[in-house]
Amino acid sequence: MANPSSIALSIDSIHVHYGLSHVLHETQLKVPQGEITAILGRNGVGKTTLINSIMGLLPITSGQIMLYRDDTTVDLAQRQAADRKKLGIALVPQGRRLFRSLSVEEHLNLVNPIKPTPYNLTSIYEIFPRLYERRHAGASTLSGGEQSMLAIARALILNPDTLLMDEPTEGLAPLLVDAIGRIVVGLKDAGLTVLLVEQKLKFALNVADHIAVMERGRILSIYARDQIQDVDALSEIILSGTIAQ
Amino acid sequence: MRLWVFQILNGLTMGSLLFFVAAGLSVVFGLMRILNLSHGAIFLFGGFVGLAVQKATGSFWLAIPAAMLAAGILGFVIQKVFSTTLMGSRFNQVLLTLGLAFIFNNSILAIWGGAPQTIPAPEILATSVKVLGVTYPAYRLFLIVLAFVSGTGLWLFWERSRLGAIVRACVDDRDMATAMGIRVEVVFATVFTLGAAIAGMAGVLGAPVLGVSIGLDFDVLLLALVVMVVGGVGSLSGAFVASLMVGLVDTFGKALFPELSYFTLFSPVIIILIVRPLGLFGRIPPE
Repeated sequence: MANPSSIALSIDSIHVHYGLSHVLHETQLKVPQGEITAILGRNGVGKTTLINSIMGLLPITSGQIMLYRDDTTVDLAQRQAADRKKLGIALVPQGRRLFRSLSVEEHLNLVNPIKPTPYNLTSIYEIFPRLYERRHAGASTLSGGEQSMLAIARALILNPDTLLMDEPTEGLAPLLVDAIGRIVVGLKDAGLTVLLVEQKLKFALNVADHIAVMERGRILSIYARDQIQDVDALSEIILSGTIAQ
Repeated sequence: MRLWVFQILNGLTMGSLLFFVAAGLSVVFGLMRILNLSHGAIFLFGGFVGLAVQKATGSFWLAIPAAMLAAGILGFVIQKVFSTTLMGSRFNQVLLTLGLAFIFNNSILAIWGGAPQTIPAPEILATSVKVLGVTYPAYRLFLIVLAFVSGTGLWLFWERSRLGAIVRACVDDRDMATAMGIRVEVVFATVFTLGAAIAGMAGVLGAPVLGVSIGLDFDVLLLALVVMVVGGVGSLSGAFVASLMVGLVDTFGKALFPELSYFTLFSPVIIILIVRPLGLFGRIPPE
């Protein structure tokens, strides 16, 4: 296990409003460097809002989101959303959100990567041979599994240090979920920090090092994967949003 | 029969001019959901700048880049000064850009006067050519060819180049384009400026056919709006096909049923919108 004091991303007491509703309340989360942190929680508790706030796609009302990178500290709220790429943060968004009028290869050639390796067109096609076969196809013609692969590939080709994944397995068949799981673990082995939003506890337990439970705009509790004994009790906490005494 | 060939060519000429105006309008709307009602006034401004340059230098070909530059600068300033307002509610946009349209219209009136004027076609094209059994002005044929050539060029840029893919990505999903590190506001400023410059160019290109006169700004704006809706918001191919259709329908309507010309223009629009609510090539649902 990596040094636990090594934090990639620190979310400190942030408040976020979405229209008139107050979605995130004093949300706190430390995302360890080079590990996979999964956020679980019921629908509508603010998981996607948290991801979008980190990406700068939603403004935070108060609090701080700090990125620790090499020897520098970056206050993400002070940076434009488009700067996230330069800062090594990439997003696999909820619902994939591919560009409908772009082909597979256009997605992967859209912008210059942060750095040229390890992920480039060649290595991406090695990881996802199916995307190579469909490289000229329009994104709107892809199957659900292919869309998920492309959404991940589109983020990887930037060669980020930190990858935010918002329900990457949503709506996928079990076989594909396992395949995505192997890819996510492979990314950690390659040194990436992953913050994963999930609905499937089993998937999260298979891949993540840390499980954070979110409830009504707050992080309720965080568990190290190795210390989780009673999966049913954890499932109860996620579904009920309360910790039974 | 000869009348029909004439009207078809006239319709294609009108459609070609419309394409230059509507392309910018439609792509800007698709990109940022901004309806720029001053686009017709920018078109007319380009026409008058071209007229002034043509009068001063005697050169039609110099008038075109001058009008593009002037209209492009105007477009750049509009989006720079008003970007925050433009990004706001649809009400703000409509009031602001319609107000600008009137301000430009009246400024043009104050500077150049109200008398309809024209820019003569360049000498090399001030002749007639026999085509499909009719004698037709060479300049108008040049416009049709130019629209097809530049339409193809724009399409290749749009569909085949990386910059085109970036603009399409911004049209499809602004937030995800931003997450990919694309500065959507820079793409927007560029497209808005280019759209204005092309509208300004159309003002000069159209002058030998339509003249330059107060009122033309709103006539052209209305037709361009029809093109945008029929073709599908944000679609360049849609703008091209719909421009030619609207040019033809408008020309035939005015020739065959002059007193019903608005009816003949808008009834096909209504039918198309019933069958395809997003327009012929549209993918962006209205908000």
